[in-house]
Amino acid sequence: MNFLNDPINFVASWLHGLLTGWRLPDGLATVIVYFIGIVVLVIFAMTLDIGLVWVERKVVARFQDRLGPNRIGPFGLIQPVADIIKLVIKEDITPAGADKIIYNIAPVLAAMSVIALWAILPLSSKIFGVDLNVAVLYLVAAGALGTLAIIMAGWSSNNKYALLGAFRMVANIVSYEIPMVVTLLIPVILADTMSVQGITQAQSGMWFAILSPLAAIIFLISAIAELGRSPFDLTEAESELTAGFNVEYSGMKFGWFYASELLHAFTYGGFMAVMFFGGYGGFFGLETIPGFHWLTNPFVEALVFIAKGMLGYWVIMWIKYSMPRIRIDHMLAFNWKFLTPLSLVVLVDTAVLSKLLSGLPAWEYVLGMFLSNVIIAVITVEILRGYGRKQRLAEERLPAQAVHN
Amino acid sequence: MQSEWLYVGLFLLVGIIVPVVPLAFAALISPRKPNPIKQSTYECGIETVGDSWVQFKAQYYIFALVFLVFDVETVFLFPWALSLKQLPLYVVMEGIIFIAILVAGLVYTWRKGLLEWV
Repeated sequence: MNFLNDPINFVASWLHGLLTGWRLPDGLATVIVYFIGIVVLVIFAMTLDIGLVWVERKVVARFQDRLGPNRIGPFGLIQPVADIIKLVIKEDITPAGADKIIYNIAPVLAAMSVIALWAILPLSSKIFGVDLNVAVLYLVAAGALGTLAIIMAGWSSNNKYALLGAFRMVANIVSYEIPMVVTLLIPVILADTMSVQGITQAQSGMWFAILSPLAAIIFLISAIAELGRSPFDLTEAESELTAGFNVEYSGMKFGWFYASELLHAFTYGGFMAVMFFGGYGGFFGLETIPGFHWLTNPFVEALVFIAKGMLGYWVIMWIKYSMPRIRIDHMLAFNWKFLTPLSLVVLVDTAVLSKLLSGLPAWEYVLGMFLSNVIIAVITVEILRGYGRKQRLAEERLPAQAVHN
Repeated sequence: MQSEWLYVGLFLLVGIIVPVVPLAFAALISPRKPNPIKQSTYECGIETVGDSWVQFKAQYYIFALVFLVFDVETVFLFPWALSLKQLPLYVVMEGIIFIAILVAGLVYTWRKGLLEWV
């Protein structure tokens, strides 16, 4: 065992040996080693978060044909640090009549919910927090905690704007959780395991995004909705609710909502990569060819994972800055009348086909899975087109009748 | 097995400590000069009329009910999905019948017009 092939276990066993050498009991030494490892991982996540703030501001500037931050440091790289200093020294205003305990817990919970997701995020085959055997369920549970923080913030602020934001978040979470969980079932079916390491390794030959592209798209849409980012940013909606749930927050408390939203977006981009795009691996068997074995190095894998997560983050940002906000009735109708039935159809299709095609050679299995998704997509588009035509004809008929009368 | 959940527990603990530290630091060094105008509820310059804690619209409740049915369903589907490879085909079909029953519920709520936002 050396550092380059297995860095975490190398350092952990060295530390554990050191601590037990100091006559510490074995259990306590384990807890201390875990604690140090977690602190390092969380600090890494927070450093990444600072980078994400810069990326977000720079990319949105490019989308809107601006330059973005470019004064502090090279390319404005120190800008997020300056932001943090500003947020920390700002006066913290608590509105009169706020429910103080819940008001103060909410930003902590928002940050905690996204940090909790990092416990199962597989950065590489050797660098990861913990490989739970129910990781998918943990992902759903920890993801829902973030929405709880938004609801708490909106409720406790004693402000109607904030409360309306919280109401909308409730409607959002009770809707988009369904397609999200249903599409998470599809990697579970295909990989036959709920552990994120298992799901990643099952994709070393073929990404699940190719076996089930529809599931990947539905997961992306419901992840954006769960994040509450545009076009589903009804909870914030600057133009109608001023800033929605966080209107009464100032200083570092607001800073945590902002930071955790960005880190959440990246984390969901990472989980998108894990569930559908091969995670840290998924080189289509390239790593087994001599000369490409370095791809399985933990550090290379971690870089690949961060790159894929960044790509997911960028796609989420791209959608955010290209789409107008959708109305709440459209949002709920889109979920209940389109995404939920479609995700259930894709689930049934995947379950049946993975059973029927399991005996076939690999390329026929992949082709069958992919084609079934294409067929479902075509049928869906045809149904939507027929519905749209019916609507259009109905609208055209109304003025025509008015002329006759 | 036990140490995995110990790890998760420690992770949640660190997850609480990390956001609390900057907040505590900010509370120490930031200025504090409260006055009634500054602390009043933000309402675009207008004073709030009535209680801020208004009631939920009943519509949200109906969506929450539909959600509850499907959320419980997905919990039941996880073990089914996990053991799909070992199961015979008829058990897979039973799972699909289970989904179909719930889809019937969704179609019923749809036909009843409960999915319309009014």
